Amino acid sequence: MNHIPEVIRTIPLEYYLYFSAALFSIGVIGVLTRRNAIIIFMCVELMLNAVNLLLGAFSAYRSDPNGQVFVFFIMAVAAAEVCVGLAIIVMIYRNLRSTDVQLLNHLKW
Amino acid sequence: MQEIVMPANRPEMALLCLLIPLLPFIGFALNGLGNRKLPKGLVSLIGCGTVLASFLISIYLFLDFTSSGSRPYTVDFYNWISVGSLQIGFSFLIDQLTLLMLLMVTGIGFLIHLYSAGYMSHDEGFGKFFSFLNLFMFSMLLLVMGSNYVMMFVGWEGVGLCSYLLIGFWNKNTNYNNAAKKAFIMNRIGDLGFLLGIFLIFITFGSVSYPQVFAEATRVAGVDTPVLIAITMLLFVGAMGKSAQIPLFTWLPDAMAGPTPVSALIHAATMVTAGIYMVVRSNVLFILAPTTLDVIAIIGLVTALVAATIGLVQNDIKKVLAYSTVSQLGFMFLALGVMAFSSSLFHVLTHAFFKALLFLGAGSVIHAMSNEQDIRNMGGLKKALPITFLTFLIGTLAISGIPPFAGFFSKDELLAHVYQHSPIMWAFGLLASFMTAFYMFRLLFLTFFGKFRGTEEQRHHLHESPAIMTIPLIVLAVLSTFGGFLGIPSVFGSNHIIGSYLSPLYNYAKGINATPFEPMHLSHETEYLLMAISVAVAIIAIIIAYVMYVKKETVPVAEDARLSPVHNLVYNKYYIDELYNTLFVKPLMWLSTAFYRVVDVVLVDGIVNGVGKFVTFSGRTLRYAQSGAIGFYVMVMVFSIVLILFLNFFIG
Repeated sequence: MNHIPEVIRTIPLEYYLYFSAALFSIGVIGVLTRRNAIIIFMCVELMLNAVNLLLGAFSAYRSDPNGQVFVFFIMAVAAAEVCVGLAIIVMIYRNLRSTDVQLLNHLKW
Repeated sequence: MQEIVMPANRPEMALLCLLIPLLPFIGFALNGLGNRKLPKGLVSLIGCGTVLASFLISIYLFLDFTSSGSRPYTVDFYNWISVGSLQIGFSFLIDQLTLLMLLMVTGIGFLIHLYSAGYMSHDEGFGKFFSFLNLFMFSMLLLVMGSNYVMMFVGWEGVGLCSYLLIGFWNKNTNYNNAAKKAFIMNRIGDLGFLLGIFLIFITFGSVSYPQVFAEATRVAGVDTPVLIAITMLLFVGAMGKSAQIPLFTWLPDAMAGPTPVSALIHAATMVTAGIYMVVRSNVLFILAPTTLDVIAIIGLVTALVAATIGLVQNDIKKVLAYSTVSQLGFMFLALGVMAFSSSLFHVLTHAFFKALLFLGAGSVIHAMSNEQDIRNMGGLKKALPITFLTFLIGTLAISGIPPFAGFFSKDELLAHVYQHSPIMWAFGLLASFMTAFYMFRLLFLTFFGKFRGTEEQRHHLHESPAIMTIPLIVLAVLSTFGGFLGIPSVFGSNHIIGSYLSPLYNYAKGINATPFEPMHLSHETEYLLMAISVAVAIIAIIIAYVMYVKKETVPVAEDARLSPVHNLVYNKYYIDELYNTLFVKPLMWLSTAFYRVVDVVLVDGIVNGVGKFVTFSGRTLRYAQSGAIGFYVMVMVFSIVLILFLNFFIG
């Protein structure tokens, strides 16, 4: 445990957990309640980053670099996903003149 | 004990042995593939030529065999089936029995092929016919040459298949197809018995190859043990099916639906004698099971009698011959039952000559009469068909047992053996032989004597058959006349050629029970008396037939006339077909219908359709969940994940 910077250890691991859980819950609630596609998208990113934070924290506390490597992967993939997602939202806006997901209910039985 | 020598130093012999069955197979392939494309001349050249070549090779093998000391040998080609302790080689056994059968099958086969080239010349399925005939020759040769029971079984099934194909040769006629199916199914019943017999042989003796089985049988098995009785009875069930014995004989008369050369070759001369070949081949096993032999003798006798009585009143020229074949096969089994194996085989040989002759003669008559088969519409054909008449007469004399024709010697020897075994059986045998002479001459007189009873058109068309058809008739007539001299009884102080030729076959059996193979110990007076009686009986039968059908010119009554009850019973073949219909066919049909309605429609269809209906129904119901509202989807997703996590943590 000697290699872990003291500054990280001043904050206990539980706090990271609480913080991540709070971030994730905010993200979930945002996705469930908001109607604007961009907001929903941002909430999804929030959830992703809550997980990233958790991975980073555990990685640091356990002196295991794997978790951080994982985080980099997630970031890279998330960046790609953002490209696609924003492109879709742009197309939605062009078609509907709005980003309200409630309007997107044509694909049903 | 029998000596088995491998012709290791003579590879060319192995090739020759292989060529015998292979040549007809090549003929089958060529004719089968080139069916409609090859000209008829080429087809008949291939068809007859391959069989002739097989015949010539068989003669060469025979001469080589006898000149090199008559030692049986096996020819191994390769290991065919090898599973655990079961080793089945693809190999041929060349011994006296095989060679005799080879000569008979290929020789008569060739004559009938030749005849077919003329008889079938107007048929559109000419190539198909010859390819089937060649396939039949191949299977039959495999049957007689194989050196183990499995190879015999392969040939056995092959001839059964060809019989089916050729009975239903004119497959546009539903009745013919039904006859073919009947033959096939009845044979399958017998084949099941044969197959079970082979299994039992393997379990008991640990091998299926003849030399090993027979050596093992003489070494291990006791006389009349249950397992031996079971084996021999099962083998006999197979023989019953193939050789048309009671109760599996009704297919053979129906098999006359096929073209006449087929009836001559398959359903008279060769295939139906396969059962007798099998019993003679397994003579060791049968000697060890006297109970089975008694059963065989009784069944043979009953078959001979029943078929002969039916033959008395049939009006179809081929049906009469068919019942006579069944009856003669019954005689052969009777001989087997009294352990007169050589006599039975001798009768097989002479029967092949004269029955092939009779069938081909009948074919010639049918050909001349424009496909008329009813003897009530014939009569007086003597003038129009002189060669056919003469040869037919010789065949009839031979089958009736008039000396010096072939049938006399074989039937007489056979009946003498039966007399030695049991005089009562002999008396019944004599009765059957009396009826044989009667119905054969009835057939002859009704066909060739008296006035012509057909239509004017048929009379105009009457003609002697072409040379290609009469030459086989003449050759067979010569054989029917002189074939009997192969087995002149010892009373006449001559050597019994067939008997002494075949005697090495029974080396194993003699080790167990030598009595049946000793020369007959009947006194010369008794033997002369027996001969005199059987000839007298035949002559009386002929005289009765002459008086009835030539002097009084009786013609069998027309189809719709009323018959006396007994006549009616016999005319309708004792209603055996109807009986089988009620006893087996109808219940089976009923059972099938029941299974169809309950198991198939309710159970199987119910399950299959039920699955389909369930999927449709659930899909129709669940599609409402597909609302299109993204919020709803996300909510379902979140709650589902929460649920999964919940289950995972607190329950799993």
